[in-house]
Amino acid sequence: MAEGRNFDLEIITPDRVFYQGQASMIEFNTTEGEIGVYKDHIPLTVIIKPGVLTITSEEDKKLAALHSGFATIMQDKVTILAEVIEWGDEIDEERAEAARQRAEERLRTNQASVDMARAEAALLRAVARIKTIKK
Amino acid sequence: MASMRDIKRRKGSVQSTQQITKAMKLVSTVKLQKAKQKAEQTTNYFDAMYNTVQNMLAKAKNIQHPYLQPSDSTKKLVIMITSNKGLAGGYNSNVIKLITQGDFNKNDVKIMAVGRKGKEAMARYGYEIYRDCCEIIDGPTYEDARALAKEALELFAKGEVGELYLAYTHFKNTVSHIPTLVKLLPVEADANREVTEESNIPMNFEPKEEEALQLIIPTYITSLIYGGMMESVASENGARMQAMDSATSNAEEIIDKLTLQYNRARQGAITQELTEIIAGAQAIS
Repeated sequence: MAEGRNFDLEIITPDRVFYQGQASMIEFNTTEGEIGVYKDHIPLTVIIKPGVLTITSEEDKKLAALHSGFATIMQDKVTILAEVIEWGDEIDEERAEAARQRAEERLRTNQASVDMARAEAALLRAVARIKTIKK
Repeated sequence: MASMRDIKRRKGSVQSTQQITKAMKLVSTVKLQKAKQKAEQTTNYFDAMYNTVQNMLAKAKNIQHPYLQPSDSTKKLVIMITSNKGLAGGYNSNVIKLITQGDFNKNDVKIMAVGRKGKEAMARYGYEIYRDCCEIIDGPTYEDARALAKEALELFAKGEVGELYLAYTHFKNTVSHIPTLVKLLPVEADANREVTEESNIPMNFEPKEEEALQLIIPTYITSLIYGGMMESVASENGARMQAMDSATSNAEEIIDKLTLQYNRARQGAITQELTEIIAGAQAIS
């Protein structure tokens, strides 16, 4: 029974194969909103937005902060091509918190000199990191 | 015949050169191991990326997108990856030849130089160096590749360049490095690609194909540039290792030859001295 619900998950970054194994469900954030993927999902390519990636398998639940890239979902295989991704224990909480405050500060000032899109992206990344640790 | 002292001096100088080439060979062997490992890790990402984009293009033949359309501008931007250091055999000149001997019109080409050797050579040939980012190749990161891709895509979007190329050295294996020129923009579907079962599954896109392409193409270009840099670094060290290896064995050969000459000269001198002594002794008696 359990066998049938798993699918292959492969997460590749430019520098390493981040994760390779079986999962029964994964959840992550895309440009169209958060999605959860089970086996036999329709083939789909989505673009990733900064958020928490949750990998649920038989034994445990793994969390990672996934920042950018895209995912190709097939019925029995999901490939995530991540530009930036990190496990919860690789994140420096203090730095993430500092980055969040900095980004919020920038957004609040709302000046023309501030690159809003960049500040917003920085905020999203920082929030994703913090969420990954806190969960 | 050169004097004994001359031969000895020359031998000493060749020997010290040999020590340097030997050391350089060892250094590049170590560097090669590291660079090779890195380049191999990038290959996974690159292959997956390439497959995704090609599958997308194959399925969506009639997507209209500026990144896929040839533009009016005749200007061509070439990202050229060479090394900052020389003594690597034909490594740098092979990449340079790709451009100087390829079917490029000199006046239409702008060079984005990654690597000092390439930049200097192209400037000498009279090409326009659009940008010089030589320091990158000392330790290329994904961020560097992203910055380059962004700048190139902006130029393309503005219509200042019509085509984008990447000139790098493909690292086939430790002894074989192939200078390669690939066209990055406009993105073209690979006509020779086999239709696999996987590529036939109808794929959905969220957001729509056009938007997805808008986001995926920059990532695709970045990964190509990054892969190119990694392979080039590996090739550079491989090429240097080979060059230094043959330099070391050439030095060995010269040393052997000089040793022989030196011994002959020494023997000749002794014989001559003996002859002189005997001749002197005979003259007295």
